[in-house]
Amino acid sequence: MEKRFFVTSEPLSVEELAAEVTRPEAGAVVQFIGTVREFTKGRRTVYLEYEAYHSMAEKQLEAIGREVKERWPDAESAVGHRTGELQISDAAVIIAVSTPHRKDAYEANEYIIERIKQIVPIWKKEHWEDGEQWVGDQLEQTRYPDGAPGGGNK
Amino acid sequence: MINVLCFAHMKDIFGGERLAINSGGIATVKDVLEHLKSAYDADVSGIMTAVNEEFAEESTPVSQGDTVALIPPVSGG
Repeated sequence: MEKRFFVTSEPLSVEELAAEVTRPEAGAVVQFIGTVREFTKGRRTVYLEYEAYHSMAEKQLEAIGREVKERWPDAESAVGHRTGELQISDAAVIIAVSTPHRKDAYEANEYIIERIKQIVPIWKKEHWEDGEQWVGDQLEQTRYPDGAPGGGNK
Repeated sequence: MINVLCFAHMKDIFGGERLAINSGGIATVKDVLEHLKSAYDADVSGIMTAVNEEFAEESTPVSQGDTVALIPPVSGG
């Protein structure tokens, strides 16, 4: 793989991301796989669509990688994020971190997903049976609030 | 011209992924947002921006040929 921090429309590989960080100095490789959940607040997702500001998103992922290095100098990390249409249980993001000892790898891995949700320009659109909505669009302008089986849940 | 990139629901508001606006009279991100508000009658409140792929403030300078991205709250992961 050419890049350690990338956005792609192709399926992500757990093995390839792990291989990016596996090395003799490491005693732990922790991976996080963010997958597409079928039910959110009682409402059934049919599929998700991810969109990215591709070039800036990769820059921001690299910046997070540098932040990890500052906090955990012994850590190596790699991140892949999908775009396009994803089905239930597909991997939307895979984060791999290796460190000499496991505690740092767990901590750094969680740090990365939290930062992705803050500073990486990627958006997901929920597609339900009866509507769709960009997540983060608090106005919910495209949602059909009345016709949904799970529409009463909030 | 100044290139404006629209993502997520911004695409729906502006009817496309990419706009080009005349750079005349535009010096900052704030000017770009004011222009979009008046020219498209668009609500861009709560929207972050990036200039040439770096997060920006309203006071960030914008000049001819720059790319300004409208960045709604992100929802990756």
